[in-house]
Amino acid sequence: MSDVLPLAISLNFLTAWDFWIGVFILAGVYGLFTLGLQINVGYTGIINFGQAGFMAIGAYASVIFTVEVGLPMLVSLALAILVAIAAGLLIGLPSLRLRADYFAIATIAFAEIIRLTGQNARGLTGGNQGTIAIELQQEESRFFTDGWFEVSDWVGSNILDPIGLGAQEFASLPLLALVWLVLVVMVVVLNRLVRSPWGRVLRAIREDEDAARALGKNAFAYKLQSLSIAASLGALAGFFIAVRLETVNQDVFQPLVTFIGYAILVLGGLASFAGVMVGAVILWTVLEGMRFLDLPLGADKIAALRFILVGLILIGLMAFRPQGMLGKREEMVLGE
Amino acid sequence: MEAGTLAAAGERGSALAQARGFASRHPVQVFVAILVVVALALIAAEGLRSFAQVSINGLVAGSYFALGAIGLTLVYGILKLVNFAHGDMLTFGAYVAFLFNVTIGMPLLIALLVAVAATAAVGVVLELGMWRPMRRKKAGMLQLLLMAIGLAFVLRNAIQFVAGTQPRTLDVDRTSAISFLDLTIGRTQLIVLVTGIVVLLAVALMLRRTSLGRQMRALADNFDLAETTGIDTGRVVIVTWILSAGLAGLAGVLVVASTGSLTPNTGFQLLLAMFAAVILGGIGNAYGALAGGLVLGLSQEWSTLVIAAQWKIAVSFAVLILVLVFRPQGIFGSARTL
Repeated sequence: MSDVLPLAISLNFLTAWDFWIGVFILAGVYGLFTLGLQINVGYTGIINFGQAGFMAIGAYASVIFTVEVGLPMLVSLALAILVAIAAGLLIGLPSLRLRADYFAIATIAFAEIIRLTGQNARGLTGGNQGTIAIELQQEESRFFTDGWFEVSDWVGSNILDPIGLGAQEFASLPLLALVWLVLVVMVVVLNRLVRSPWGRVLRAIREDEDAARALGKNAFAYKLQSLSIAASLGALAGFFIAVRLETVNQDVFQPLVTFIGYAILVLGGLASFAGVMVGAVILWTVLEGMRFLDLPLGADKIAALRFILVGLILIGLMAFRPQGMLGKREEMVLGE
Repeated sequence: MEAGTLAAAGERGSALAQARGFASRHPVQVFVAILVVVALALIAAEGLRSFAQVSINGLVAGSYFALGAIGLTLVYGILKLVNFAHGDMLTFGAYVAFLFNVTIGMPLLIALLVAVAATAAVGVVLELGMWRPMRRKKAGMLQLLLMAIGLAFVLRNAIQFVAGTQPRTLDVDRTSAISFLDLTIGRTQLIVLVTGIVVLLAVALMLRRTSLGRQMRALADNFDLAETTGIDTGRVVIVTWILSAGLAGLAGVLVVASTGSLTPNTGFQLLLAMFAAVILGGIGNAYGALAGGLVLGLSQEWSTLVIAAQWKIAVSFAVLILVLVFRPQGIFGSARTL
């Protein structure tokens, strides 16, 4: 069959439950990640290219607090978010006063410093292999994901098993449910936030920073707050990535990750949190769905095709529909 | 006691303020002074010989950083485009050279010339097919920024699709070295250094002395004003792309000749160092990018005397952030452009 139709889609894509659960976990995590970009770019008009750095901080700090310090997982997550916010302030305080394109370059440099630290500070992060979780497991049989698997196993045997979803291929359903629950809650909260008086100031800054200043608003403080929210969301996404992968590797935090977030952002549309969810699902379904195309190509060629597609999405949307699919044209301020 | 401390603090404050005032009036002198102090400290700690040796390595790296940075800064200055795809133009040039030098087996010099011409051609095609129509549409900064990133993805992965991910190298002499005064430099590295410096000087002369160079600087200064004085801006923009992309192609070939390793990520990995050079020298300022590139090459290699070599690239990111914090307009820039 595949000899006749080299491009035929293999039919097992319909039944690969664990595969698609994994894809939608990824979509949910990237959704959280991109919500942060949305509040920065879509609502405040600041171009944050360092979101992958906040994600890295969230992942590394959660694992370090849980495994090395021995704190409960949720406490570690809270601390990791605080660390990410502190990092956001550290980079935001000097560089948010700069022009938007300088800020973009400063933040990508910041994210790369974080990633290189993850790669090179072996004592702290386990280096390239990201082995802190494994090392500790050997010494004290303590895993980063221990706390989560207790919950997940309970859900598996008490909820999923009785309704007939007890098979191994559904094992990640609890994580999928949790990620998407958190994502939806965040979308609701952020929607309220941007409709509040605080959110109106944010949008005023996006439209015309000088006018907002003239009205007595401290634009700089609002921008810092917006960046802190993005940092928290990035850290949250990093936490979930660490739970999903059960370990942390710097390779997961390449600058590429931030730009996949931007592809999701413009796919869904600027100034729309619901659009982020749509964009994340579309992008990851397409990217991962390409695995089922029976292409007669090697793995690195397929990977290349996937990212060519991401690039074409960015170019095409920016050229022909810069507000994105669900974005509102009148809300689009792309900066001069 | 308290009052005394306060007074001392106040004096310190005013001394600091004076120092700051001096630094912002004479940025170049202060910066050179900082470099000299760092250099003297390193000589004192590590000895003149090892300092001179890493400085040679630093100048080699600096020469291709500078070549890349000039193209980046010219395009920014004239078109206000932060070209995130510039690093991948370096990669493109290097792969074209690989194709002609290794796959086809031509001499490196011919491969280099073809690579420069091909990269310049890609620059022109992208200007005509993408950037010029977007300028006509009055695209905003975010639009252009994300298009450049999309373009970077497409270029890098198209290269990966065709050439694969396995590391490549050019057919250059990797063994012979030249020794003088107890120092060594690889023969190829010496050629890279000389080529880099000669081309950099030629570009600087071209910008200063030829009417085309003056027109380019006029456009960078004030595009609309330059247009009203009768400069054919469309032509100058094309020349800018030829220069920017051509130099990127050359830099790509020199990087690979000097380091001996080429992957689809090579150029992107150099992009932030080039940004650092551009911002250090004052964004849009070609001479600044030239100096910034050399300084970054030097500081990266100097850092290996003090910290492990794997942190080398982090030095350029740190320089980038420090410059943005303390003097965002760069060493040669004026506050006006901020």
